Amino acid sequence: MFADYTWTELGSIFAMQGFAGLILFSVFVLMALGLAIIFGQMGVINMAHGEFMILGAYVTYLCSNFVEAFVPALFGVYFFFAMILAFFTAGALGALVEWSMIRHLYRRPLDTLLATWGLSLILQQAYRSIFGAREVGVTLPDWLLGSVPLTDIIEIPINGIFVMVLTLVIAVSVYFLMFRSRTGMQSRAVVQNRVMAGAVGINTEKVDRMTFALGCGIAGVAGSAFTMIGSTGPTAGQLYIVDTFLIVVFGGAASLLGTIASSFAISQAQSTMEFFLSGSMAKVLTLLTVVGILMLRPEGLFSAKIRR
Amino acid sequence: MINLKSFMARQDVLALLILAALLFVVMPMSMDIFRLNLIGKYLTYAFVAIGLVLCWGKGGILSLGQGVFFGLGGYCMAMYLKLESSTPEATAIQSTPGIPDFMDWNQITELPWFWEPFNSLTFTLVAILVVPALFAFIIGAAMFKRRVGGVYFAIITQAIAAILTILIIGQQGYTGGVNGITDLRTLKGWDIRSDDAKYVLYFLNGALLLGVLVLCQFVLKSKLGRLLVALRDKEDRVRFSGYDVANFKIFVFCFAAVLSAIGGAMFTLQVGFMSPSFVGIVPSIEMVIFCAVGGRLSIFGAVYGTLLVNWAKTTFSETFPELWLFGLGALFIAVVLVFPNGLSGLYRSYLAPHVDRWIFRKPPEGGSSGADPLDTPAFEPEPAARPAE
Repeated sequence: MFADYTWTELGSIFAMQGFAGLILFSVFVLMALGLAIIFGQMGVINMAHGEFMILGAYVTYLCSNFVEAFVPALFGVYFFFAMILAFFTAGALGALVEWSMIRHLYRRPLDTLLATWGLSLILQQAYRSIFGAREVGVTLPDWLLGSVPLTDIIEIPINGIFVMVLTLVIAVSVYFLMFRSRTGMQSRAVVQNRVMAGAVGINTEKVDRMTFALGCGIAGVAGSAFTMIGSTGPTAGQLYIVDTFLIVVFGGAASLLGTIASSFAISQAQSTMEFFLSGSMAKVLTLLTVVGILMLRPEGLFSAKIRR
Repeated sequence: MINLKSFMARQDVLALLILAALLFVVMPMSMDIFRLNLIGKYLTYAFVAIGLVLCWGKGGILSLGQGVFFGLGGYCMAMYLKLESSTPEATAIQSTPGIPDFMDWNQITELPWFWEPFNSLTFTLVAILVVPALFAFIIGAAMFKRRVGGVYFAIITQAIAAILTILIIGQQGYTGGVNGITDLRTLKGWDIRSDDAKYVLYFLNGALLLGVLVLCQFVLKSKLGRLLVALRDKEDRVRFSGYDVANFKIFVFCFAAVLSAIGGAMFTLQVGFMSPSFVGIVPSIEMVIFCAVGGRLSIFGAVYGTLLVNWAKTTFSETFPELWLFGLGALFIAVVLVFPNGLSGLYRSYLAPHVDRWIFRKPPEGGSSGADPLDTPAFEPEPAARPAE
């Protein structure tokens, strides 16, 4: 399949597809980070994760419409407010869900899966009833439009760069929050040994709720970023959920670094192959490879070095 | 000669008779052929749900990819029927007569090699059983031998369901794409679309279902059934007792896959087409809810659960399409939080004591109401379902 191209053309193709892959990588990382906290750290399977992301996207959409209609002066920077709002809305819904549903199911992970699937159906239908079945998009402020020419044939869209920077910032903050702060230490302690964590005075129920809400909040931010590169529909979240779970498992469920590495591998593989094969075959091949590797190495790329 | 009593208690015989009466007498008498055909379609899902009872309820292995096996069975059958209806005479207007119409539309000029053997009915019938079993064996052997279980197994089977759907939709020329394989007419010259044929197929389906129920009952009452429950509750202890846990899991997973495939083949015969919308993630997880509503521990419950959920789905989505998804979502949550043992659990705790007293003249036992002690659900902390270190 490479025979028809010269080396320089191949180089440009890889660079361009690689960049498209980087945008996909950012979306994957943003979605997978939230899931890595909820699934990897807490062991809860949240099938409604995609719907939390879409919630963030719809919040951004509402914000964009609101600002455009009432305070057009602030339109250039509305996105930052929208992102914060998306984080807190999704986080609040996450805390509510944890309180009403998940906390009864910590000992039955398979049942959590079914219950959150039910939640995702309800949320999807709710979005469809409120926002309509059609996909909606946000208007981007002017400074995010356009692209930077790198060479003659390679151009980089600005919104793509923005999403990548955003991803980097969020990934670094999640790292500090989970591994360098008291909250993160508590939540990791609860995950490792709930009883002992309780015995040393950590309020495990509160920590669980906060961790779950944090994961959902990050999903909300992911949705917010997602609006910049694609349009939002009621079922858009479901398209990504299987990929995201595979990414988290492939990376080694308990490892945030693994999650990022596997998002990178999967998004690059998919995006590069998409140029040479049809989109569906690229996805089939990528997912098959991942499943194949997982069958040979079930612990994923980065396994936690602890005894269980 | 197997002693009947050893594997079917009186309650089970009664349950089987009631179900047989319902399927063979009450339903055909009270419904027209359209509704009966619909019930027949629901009952094909019951095969999957029964497989899930064995696999998930008893064995603790939740597969979110049962639609894959349902689809494999259904597609095998559909390929045979499609080839039979694509005779060179019937497809004379195509640029390449004698191949299925969707291949012609996709500029394919000869029959792909993997379609060739499906000209034979014998091969097709064998393939319906063997292909899913083989596929399940590969998945099961790869996962269970490495002690991957629980949540990880669920996610990977779900991914496989997603992969297969994308593959079927993407390879339109070989599989019929998103429309699936449609316009199936005859089986060995016998028109499967006539009302008579629908009656025959309905009864065949019902008989197969009852046969499968008896077979499952036999499996569950055998030593294998007891081991399944044991390894669901304390897998390590079974392993320490000297059993090769993986082999039992592989067996039950393959068994459930074959049941699903039979359901899929019967589906194709009764409904007259097969499409990827019965293969993917959403149908696979809906099949789990059929099983959960009926009661994940009861094979009879699974049949009633399937009928009830599908009947509700048809009724609600005809009248209030918006409400149906809310209802289905609420059902998922309720069946997990409020009544984890489903209909059969409700029956056991409220009705069974009375039934036992009135029909079997059994004095009510303190609370347990004659339920098999093995059937109490194990909601202990599951052993951390992580892959082997």
